[in-house]
Amino acid sequence: MSGGTAAFSARRPAPSCSDMEFLGREEGQSRIGGIRPSYQHDHHSRNDGHVPFSAAIPRQRLRRKVRCSMKKIRIPLMFALLTSALLVLLALSLGIGSVPISPGEILRILTGSAADAKASSIILKIRMPRVFGAAILGGALGLSGFLLQTFFRNPVAGPYVLGISSGARLLVCITMIFLLRLFSAAPFICLMAAAFAGSLLVTGLVLLFARRIRSMSTLLVVGIMVGSICTSATDFLITFADEADVVNLHSWSLGSFSAINFASLTPAVLIIIPAAIGAFLLSKPVGAYQLGENYARSMGVNIRTFRLLLITLSSLLSASVTALAGPVSFVGVAVPHIARLLFGTSRPLVIIPASFLFGSVFCLLCDLIARTAFAPSELAISSVTAVFGAPIVIGLMIGRQRRREND
Amino acid sequence: MTEPITFSVKALSAGYGGHPVVSDVCFSLRKGSILSLIGPNGAGKSTILKTISGQLSALSGTVMIDGRSLSSMTGTELARKMSLLLTDRVRPEMMTCFEAAAMGRYPYTGRFGRLTEEDRRIVTSALDRVGVLSLAEKDFLEISDGQRQRVLLARALAQEPEILILDEPTSYLDIRHKIELLDILLEEARCRQLTIILSLHEIDLAEKVSDYVLCIRDSGVLCSGTPEEIFTEKRIRQLYDIQEGTYLTGPGSIELGRTGGEPEVFIVGGAGNGLPFYRALARKRIPFSAGILFENDLEYGTARALAARVHSVPAFEEIPAPVFDAALANLLHCRAVIDAGTPVRAANRRNAALLEKARAAGLPVCGGPDALEQAIHVLGCPNQKEET
Repeated sequence: MSGGTAAFSARRPAPSCSDMEFLGREEGQSRIGGIRPSYQHDHHSRNDGHVPFSAAIPRQRLRRKVRCSMKKIRIPLMFALLTSALLVLLALSLGIGSVPISPGEILRILTGSAADAKASSIILKIRMPRVFGAAILGGALGLSGFLLQTFFRNPVAGPYVLGISSGARLLVCITMIFLLRLFSAAPFICLMAAAFAGSLLVTGLVLLFARRIRSMSTLLVVGIMVGSICTSATDFLITFADEADVVNLHSWSLGSFSAINFASLTPAVLIIIPAAIGAFLLSKPVGAYQLGENYARSMGVNIRTFRLLLITLSSLLSASVTALAGPVSFVGVAVPHIARLLFGTSRPLVIIPASFLFGSVFCLLCDLIARTAFAPSELAISSVTAVFGAPIVIGLMIGRQRRREND
Repeated sequence: MTEPITFSVKALSAGYGGHPVVSDVCFSLRKGSILSLIGPNGAGKSTILKTISGQLSALSGTVMIDGRSLSSMTGTELARKMSLLLTDRVRPEMMTCFEAAAMGRYPYTGRFGRLTEEDRRIVTSALDRVGVLSLAEKDFLEISDGQRQRVLLARALAQEPEILILDEPTSYLDIRHKIELLDILLEEARCRQLTIILSLHEIDLAEKVSDYVLCIRDSGVLCSGTPEEIFTEKRIRQLYDIQEGTYLTGPGSIELGRTGGEPEVFIVGGAGNGLPFYRALARKRIPFSAGILFENDLEYGTARALAARVHSVPAFEEIPAPVFDAALANLLHCRAVIDAGTPVRAANRRNAALLEKARAAGLPVCGGPDALEQAIHVLGCPNQKEET
């Protein structure tokens, strides 16, 4: 606070105050005199309405004006930049691969006027679902991370951290072992359903505990513990299962966008898009919730309903992703933080779409790297997202701590 | 005060999980008045505030706001009537102070919470009234605790409530911020007819800011009334169960416990001149006597609180012989006498006689600017004694 005890001579436009005597206030002396620095200039000039731009405008106000306009264009600018990045990455991901296909050729294939049937089939059947899948699932992960971080009020909350992926893995493992016994091959759709059910099961359990636990960080620990139990149960099953039954589990656990096809992507999109719209509609209470549960309630937010909606939407989003691509680490944790830094705000109205968009870009980039860095062998998506995501999370934590120490 | 009653609480019982923490709370408030809740830690002040603000549902009893029961109001309806300043740690990431204060407009904005020009004007005015308009564009996490408290108060004011509830708003604030905060509250209550309910630990401040006081103790209301009725030595002692120390009604301040034992120093004071000596000897835990004081003397209360023995006479009376003799007998048993330098006039001329007798008896009479050092030198430092 500025040390300006300078007399605040221009009194506030005081409302008619009948109890002057009682207040013991003397003319020209402000009750809260000492605490105001020199802002009264701007305050008054603001009241004047149209002040011509001249040297008479105090520099501080000018600076604020510049910062304000910077802030105003920053958000649309970032959205434009991220959208262009998304389009460029989409084009690159479609074109790059063991069979390079030029952008012109891709356009011709998409418009249906292409001659090369092989290239056309690569684009439409293999690369398109994968690339669109990576974009949509990445967005879902980013958004799910944002919602979970809001819910748990904890910066490291994310679908992967919370044991949601472990729950999915457990049910996938069970499905693989027991369905394989019955049918000799577990259909992909069954694995998807199992992963989806597993994710929801863990969030359901966490929710059950949430009714008894008030502290969000304790609840987060409970989530991690539930995840650990799922992991150990999975390991137990693997130990006693036939090698052949669980061989696919390993590749599923690594996470990959490669198995996505349009048939499996469609139901996921049908869940993700409404959930994302639902999250966007929640931006107003999410903003209030940033001040804490009690303040949010005092402003008229129905906390019980709001929290239920929040956790349901985020688990639907992350369950869809885990079902299609397996566990993908760090996207959910890192994306919301980076989105906040890029956009310079935490207003949910901005950050909810931004998390989705940046999640798409992040996952597309990571998938492109996973496919091409050591081609023809392919990296697990989590290895790439972790390499980028983990250092970012560490950096953010150090930054937070520094800010806390400054407190 | 002829304002209508805006807020009333009847037979309220409040607590957690069905177990009452406080019960049988009753009060009603007129528009524009300030009610303070005082009482020891854990007595249930916060529980009452949480319950009357709808954060916690009441176990029994009713809370009426403008003739409507609290439980019949929707969240938004209540939010337009009442706003809160809580003790919660608020740590939103990347949020400016303006944005934090603008959250107060929540019950008025539309589906996506966009602010209209009117909303912005109200938020700006609230920030201005609490004196943090210059911080509007700063990050909420990068300002001091006192400033954060103000921004949150601006948030509460931007909610344009009729009733403002504050839970220990002055805790953790330095003295200047305490004064300024309470001044802002007084201004809002007087000039904008805001009804304010707050809990306070600082009884001296509670006396100065409140129209009514509710004393909470042992899971109930011990007493309630105007500050003049409540802030008496007996009530405060009972409310906080003070064994040592004294509450002085006049200045509304407290003194620490008295040093027991036979007095070793006699202080001849009056007119406030004795105060620094009382405090210094009390700090050093040296028992002392004070005399002869008029009972309306500035220092009489402190002397009563701290001195082992006080010799006093009713105000404006000449010192009668029995009092003088008692004081002299007491003085002759002391090891040192301090002359606080109080001017001797007709009414207290026997104090001069007291000093004379002390000199005649060979007692060291310490006076002047270093009187205290002299007296302590005479008594000798107990630590030094142990060494020799």
